[in-house]
Amino acid sequence: MTSELETAEHPKGLKRTVIEPLTRVEGHGKVTLLQDEKQNIKQARLHISEFRGFEKFIQGRPYWELPVLVQRLCGICPVSHHLAAAKATDMIVGAAELTPTAEKIRRLMHFGQTLQSHALHFFHLCSPDLLFGFDDEVRHRNIVGVIEDEPEIAKQGVLLRKYGQEVIRVTAGKRIHGTGAIPGGINKSLSKDEIKYLKRDIGQVIEWAQQAVELVKRIFFEHYDYHMSFASIDSNMLSVIRNDGAFEIYHGGLRARDEKGNTIFDHIDYSCYGDYIREGVKNWSYMKFPFITSLGQENGWYRVGPLARVNNCDFFPTPLAERQRREFTGTAEGRTVQSTLAYHWARLIELLHCSESIAELLNDSDLYGNELLNKGELQCCGTGVIEAPRGTLFHHYEINDDGIVKKANLIVSTTNNNQAMNESIRKVASQYLDGNQLSEALLNQVEVAVRAYDPCLSCATHAMGKMPLQINLVNDKGELLDRLEKRASGEINRTV
Amino acid sequence: MNDAALQGKLKLATAALCGCFGCHMSLLDIDERILKLVELVEFDRTPLTDIKSIGQCDIGLIEGGVANAENVEVLRDFRKHCNILVAIGECAVNGGIPAMRNQFDLQDCLQEVYIDGIGVENPLLPNDPEIPLLLDKVHPVHEVVRIDYFLPGCPPSADTIWTFINDLIEGNDISFPYSLIHYD
Ligand code: SF4
Repeated sequence: MTSELETAEHPKGLKRTVIEPLTRVEGHGKVTLLQDEKQNIKQARLHISEFRGFEKFIQGRPYWELPVLVQRLCGICPVSHHLAAAKATDMIVGAAELTPTAEKIRRLMHFGQTLQSHALHFFHLCSPDLLFGFDDEVRHRNIVGVIEDEPEIAKQGVLLRKYGQEVIRVTAGKRIHGTGAIPGGINKSLSKDEIKYLKRDIGQVIEWAQQAVELVKRIFFEHYDYHMSFASIDSNMLSVIRNDGAFEIYHGGLRARDEKGNTIFDHIDYSCYGDYIREGVKNWSYMKFPFITSLGQENGWYRVGPLARVNNCDFFPTPLAERQRREFTGTAEGRTVQSTLAYHWARLIELLHCSESIAELLNDSDLYGNELLNKGELQCCGTGVIEAPRGTLFHHYEINDDGIVKKANLIVSTTNNNQAMNESIRKVASQYLDGNQLSEALLNQVEVAVRAYDPCLSCATHAMGKMPLQINLVNDKGELLDRLEKRASGEINRTV
Repeated sequence: MNDAALQGKLKLATAALCGCFGCHMSLLDIDERILKLVELVEFDRTPLTDIKSIGQCDIGLIEGGVANAENVEVLRDFRKHCNILVAIGECAVNGGIPAMRNQFDLQDCLQEVYIDGIGVENPLLPNDPEIPLLLDKVHPVHEVVRIDYFLPGCPPSADTIWTFINDLIEGNDISFPYSLIHYD
């Protein structure tokens, strides 16, 4: 592990390097690096500069507003927040179980959203790095470049995302910030026409999803050793798991494993998450640092998201994804796959699983049932946990007798990956920066490592900063030795 | 003349300030019409490209309200560089959900998250010079710069955004059928 690079022992006199802003991630962050005179990395940090304070300002609101209010944390995966809040409010209204119709519609919505979010991340944001190389020209390294050079891939990406968004629209009423889930169930089931509409294209979607997995594998295997070691770190993995160990994103217990694949805990009831996970605070980031309590803050950090889920599950309940999983875990030789870039591979296996699962669900007659709601006695608190596209998402609310929110705790998926993203940039820094001349390709490599996690900082209070991307090399007297600047046009200037 | 102007393309820039990115997602919800869009406009600075600073643009789209000093800077920069500046979505138009924090003291919000929160280890307030300072309140964008158009909705639908951009490019009066105007 590279944790010793988190804080330099003697920061005074070290050279400070800033990468700001990070681009093609959702939201705002920056990286700072400190080096000694031999250019050895002494400190590397990913700072998250967002703060919105949802936990405070939802206090005083009625619990039934939560599923529509809190989803405004994120417009990329609003369904995750919508459903996590809905699950927490299910507990609050005393609905121990949902009707089959309600549960299946929610699942369908969630598969649709995971599909669209994964397609967006791979095709719109990351494929330029993977298709054109990390050092491709800046002007070209974006979705427009993909549309121009690889129109078929771009089209499939756009249409895969569209399909996922349509599943959401049909189940939630709106593509973004819908209202389908309510405390205790859902507010509408599907009509036969709607099911017919979704069935029309699902065959094509599965085929494209398979092609997407093959594409990412081809890229991965082309430079196998490089892709396995790039930004690779050893970490624990956390995810939700079904009772029988199957891959699960809507409901299940918590499973954590260490880097060797040994179980830390398993099938934990998530309403007790507080006994297993705590969050550290560091003064240099607005994002907290969760860790597994029994292992302590230093060793207890973990990764979530596609890499963790595919590693943690015993099998996929759908055949095509299961075949892909076997090939994927086969590369780890009995351990867990720790390559950071393998996130992309795992993400597309999940995309395939989502499309298979949607096809299965669309044949289920419960989708047009009319029992939508369950209810019991009002409870004073509720916890909802779900596997969002980016990883395990925790919502926890406490209410008073009038149903007004008193206290809330949200651990969003990207927060769970905070320490891991920091470790990965440290790895890249020591792999490729140590003692080397700075270059634009290097800058993008740091960003490629962060992008692999699909961080969603969009809850961020920030736009991309207006500064051009800049790296400064300063000696221990504070004199500027070297400055590289990536201009808006994409050209690199050395200004000292 | 630059490449874009030679091809008769307009330049389009977008920024997300204090929003949830949902308005940007709604823009992408034009789906395959994006293939047509890239024929009509050239993207300048937007979260979708690696272009870090805005050049002279015809149209600027702003998502999100203004919650910190950096948002102010970006917004002013967009006003300076865009002939037409558009506020997209409730957050930009009136502050939206993030402005719900305006009823509380900022200090209390920070305190709740980093000191009194559930499961917080070593409580402290982030204060490193590397992370930016927040504004006391969240503001709608028109309180900071002049705005030419406001598109309501949380988010405005893809069809609304598409109709708007096309009317604008073709020089038509901006008009929407009733079905494309909504405020949720
Ligand atoms: S208006 Fe709605 S969709 Fe747009 S940024 Fe604000 S919360 Fe997100």
